[in-house]
Amino acid sequence: MLDLVKTNLLEIKNLRIEATSYPPGEAPRKVVLVDDVSVAVQQGRVLGLIGESGAGKSTIGLSAMAFARGGARLAGGQIMLNGRDIREAGAGDLRSLRGREVTYVAQSAAAAFNPAKRLMEQVIETSLHHKLMTRAEAEARAVDLFRKLGLPNPETFGTRYPHQVSGGQLQRAMTAMALCPKPDLVVFDEPTTALDVTTQIDVLVAIKAAIRDTGVAALYITHDLAVVAQVADDILVLRGGKKVEYGTTDQIINAPQQAYTQALVSVRSIDHAEKDDSAPVLSVANVTARYKGTNFDVLKNVTVDLSAGQTLAVVGESGSGKSTLARVITGLLPAAQGRITFAGRTLSADLASRTKDDLRELQMIYQMADTAMNPRQTVGTIIGRPLEFYFGLKGDAKRKRIQELLEEIEMGAGFIDRYPAELSGGQKQRVCIARALAAKPKLIICDEVTSALDPLVADGILKLLLALQQREGVAYLFITHDLATVKAIADKIAVMYRGQVVRYGSKTDVLTPPYDDYTDLLLSSVPEMKLGWLESVLAARKMESGGN
Amino acid sequence: MHPVVKLVTQRLALGLLLMLAVSALIFFGVEALPGDTAQAMLGQSATPEALANLREKMGLNEPVIWRYGHWLYGFMTGDMGVALTNGEDIATSIGSRLGNTLFLAFWAALISVPLAILLGLLAARYNGRWPDRLISGVTLATISLPEFVAGYLVLYFLAVKLQWFPAMSMVFPGMGVFERLQAVILPVIVLVMVVLAHMMRMTRAAILNVMQSAYIETAELKGLSPLTVIWRHAFPNAIAPVVNVVMLNLAYLVVGVVVVEVVFVYPGMGQYLVDHVTKRDLPVVQACGMIFAAVYIGLNILADVVSILANPRLRHPK
Repeated sequence: MLDLVKTNLLEIKNLRIEATSYPPGEAPRKVVLVDDVSVAVQQGRVLGLIGESGAGKSTIGLSAMAFARGGARLAGGQIMLNGRDIREAGAGDLRSLRGREVTYVAQSAAAAFNPAKRLMEQVIETSLHHKLMTRAEAEARAVDLFRKLGLPNPETFGTRYPHQVSGGQLQRAMTAMALCPKPDLVVFDEPTTALDVTTQIDVLVAIKAAIRDTGVAALYITHDLAVVAQVADDILVLRGGKKVEYGTTDQIINAPQQAYTQALVSVRSIDHAEKDDSAPVLSVANVTARYKGTNFDVLKNVTVDLSAGQTLAVVGESGSGKSTLARVITGLLPAAQGRITFAGRTLSADLASRTKDDLRELQMIYQMADTAMNPRQTVGTIIGRPLEFYFGLKGDAKRKRIQELLEEIEMGAGFIDRYPAELSGGQKQRVCIARALAAKPKLIICDEVTSALDPLVADGILKLLLALQQREGVAYLFITHDLATVKAIADKIAVMYRGQVVRYGSKTDVLTPPYDDYTDLLLSSVPEMKLGWLESVLAARKMESGGN
Repeated sequence: MHPVVKLVTQRLALGLLLMLAVSALIFFGVEALPGDTAQAMLGQSATPEALANLREKMGLNEPVIWRYGHWLYGFMTGDMGVALTNGEDIATSIGSRLGNTLFLAFWAALISVPLAILLGLLAARYNGRWPDRLISGVTLATISLPEFVAGYLVLYFLAVKLQWFPAMSMVFPGMGVFERLQAVILPVIVLVMVVLAHMMRMTRAAILNVMQSAYIETAELKGLSPLTVIWRHAFPNAIAPVVNVVMLNLAYLVVGVVVVEVVFVYPGMGQYLVDHVTKRDLPVVQACGMIFAAVYIGLNILADVVSILANPRLRHPK
C-alpha cells in the first residue's frame, strides 16, 4: 500500500467540492459540485476526465492545483500531489506548486493568453517566476517546444502577439507554455474543443507527442469520448459531479459497464432514410457576396438546391462561408451577384424589400439559444410574438396555440410562464425551435444549433427536428461543422471551403469515395471512437504523401 | 500606411478642427455680448464722436468675419492683442501666469497620478476588504469636500496652527525652484485631494473589469502573486480607460484651478481670468478661453493617442 502511494503522482481521495448559490429572492443554498470522487495518476500516464457540462470535470481538473473557480470550496477529501495533501497547503505553498509542479492548458487559448503581451514573454513567465531557468535557457526551451509542436517559424514565433496567430497555433502555444517549466502534471481542459476538426487533429497529434516525449503526466478533460480515447490511458466518466465509471480506456470504450457510459459510446447512432428530391423550395444560383469595406468574396459562385421537406447540410470549418450563406439567404447580407428563389418567388437581395410572407416562411434558429431570447420575456411571450405578428392571434387562441407548440417540442404546457434563465440548454434550444415553428415556415435555417450542447442533449434536439420535419414537412438548411450531425440529419450535403462549394450532392454520394482532397481531409479528421484511430489516420496520410 | 499612423493623424486633424470651432464660438460669443470694445474702453459717458473715432482706429467697423480672421491669425502668431484695462501685451502677461499655473499643475499631477494608480491597484487587490473600503472612503471624502473648504482647512491646520508652510502662495520672477515649491505646497495638497478619487476609482474599476478575463486565471495558475497578476497582466489591459480619466483630470488641474488660486492668492491663469472678467476686459477673456480650450483638447487627444498606442491589435496588425 505504501509502495502504491509512492508511485502515484496525483491521488485524489473522496474529493468533495461545494459552492454556495444565491438564487434571487431565496436564501443562499449549498450546491455540491463534486461528490466523493477518487482517482489516481501515475508518472507519465494520462487520465481522461469525461462528462457533459456540469459533470464537474473542470472542477476536478483544477483541484489538482488546489484551485477552485468562483465561490467554490474544496470541502472534503484529500488531494495528494507528490506525497502531500495540497488541500491543506497555505497560499504561499500553493503559489509555489502552481506552475512548477502542475500547469494548466485552458479551453480557449484565445481568451487565456494576455492580449497585451508577446507570446514568448507569456510562455517563459512561469519558468522565470519560479526561478527554474535563466531567461536564455527558458527561451531556448520554448523555441524547442514550438518546433516540437509544429508551430511555423519556431525561432520568431514568440515575438508575435496572441491576435497575430491562428486559434490552432495559439492552442499549441498554450501547450508549450504548460510544458516549458517541466511540470510533473499538466491539466488539459478541453484543449481542442474550440477548434475545427481539421485543426483539432493536428493539435491532438502535437499534444500526444509532447506528452510522450516529455514523460509528463496529464489530466485530459473533454466531453468528446472519441477524442479522449486517442490520448488517455485511463478514463473517469463523470455525471453530475459523481463518478459513473472508472477504468482503462480499452475497457471504457469497448466494454462499458454502466448504462450512461454505454449511451455516451453509442451516441451519434441516429439515422434516417434519405428522402427523394421533389420540387425545390429554395434555389441558390451563382451567389457571390462580400462584406462592406473588404475586397474579398466570402462567397464565390455558390449554387445549391433544397427540396421541400428535405434537409440540406452545409458543412465546413470556421471561415468557410457557411454562416455567410445563411446571412445572404435571409437577406441580412445582400448578395452582390446571383439569384435566390424561394417557394417559387425570387427573393429580393436585401431584407427591407421582402414581403411579410417571405419573412414568415423563412425562419432561423441560432447556435446560442441563450442570446437569441430576451431574458426578460417568458417562454409564452417569446413563442407568442410570431403568432401575433404573422397571424394576429390574441388572448385564448394565442395561449392555446402556444401550448400546442410546447407539446410539439416535447416540453409541456407547464413551461409557458417560465423565463429562459429557468431552462436548461436543451430546453432553451427547443423554445427557439417552437418560436420558428410558430410562423409555419417552409424553411428553417439551423445555424450550428447543436454545437453548444452536450452530445446526449444534442441527440435529443436532432431527433426532435427529424420528427418535426416528418410531421410538418418543413425543410432545413442545416449549418454545422460537425460531420456526425451531418450524417444523422442530412438528405443532401454541400461541403464548403473558402467560400466555395467543393462537393455537393445526396448524402450517400457525398460520403462515398472517391473524395476530393478537402472532403477527404475533413472526413478523415473526425475522431472515431476506437483506440489507435489517431495513429491509423496519421499512417494513412503519411503513406499518401509518401506515395506522391 | 500603418493603421496607428492613420488613426493618430485622424485624431490630430480632428483636434485642429475642434480648436477652430471653439475659436469661432469664443470670438462670436464675445462679439454677441451687448456693447463693443470701444464702448468698454471709453465707458458710459463717451461721446458718439469719440466712439466712432476709436472704432475707426481699432478696425471695429470692418466686417466681423474679417476681424475674426485677423484675431485668429494674430493668435496663431503669438499676438493676442493688448489688455483694455492696463494696455499691457496679453501674450506677455499670460506667459508668466500660464507658467505659474503649469508649475502648480505639474507638481499636483506628479504626485496625484502615480498615487491614484497605486491606490487603485491596491483597492483592486483587496477588493471588498478593509483596505479597499478605507481607500475608497478617504478619497470619496476628499472629493466631496468643496475645494475652498478643503483649501481653508489646509490653511488653518498646516499654515496657521502648525505654521509649517506659508499661507499665501506668493511667487515672483527670479525665485528659486525650492522656494517656489515651498510656496505651492498647500495648493498642491488641495489639488491632489480633489483629483485623486476620480482617477483612483477608474483605475480600480478598469482593473476589476479585466480581472474577470480568462488570462487572469492563467496568470494565477502560473503561481504569480496577486499583486504581480494585477500589475503585469491586468494593468496593461486597463490602460485605455485609465488614461482617459487621467487626462481629464490633468486638464482640470490647468483649467479648473480658479478657486484654489484665489484661496491661496497664487498668481496663475485662474486669478488673471477672474480679475479681467470682473473688469469686462474682453480680449483677455478671449485669450484665456482659447488657451483653456487648447489645453483641454490637447490633453484629450493625447489620451486618445495613448489609448491607440496601448492597443496591441492596432500597434501590431496581423
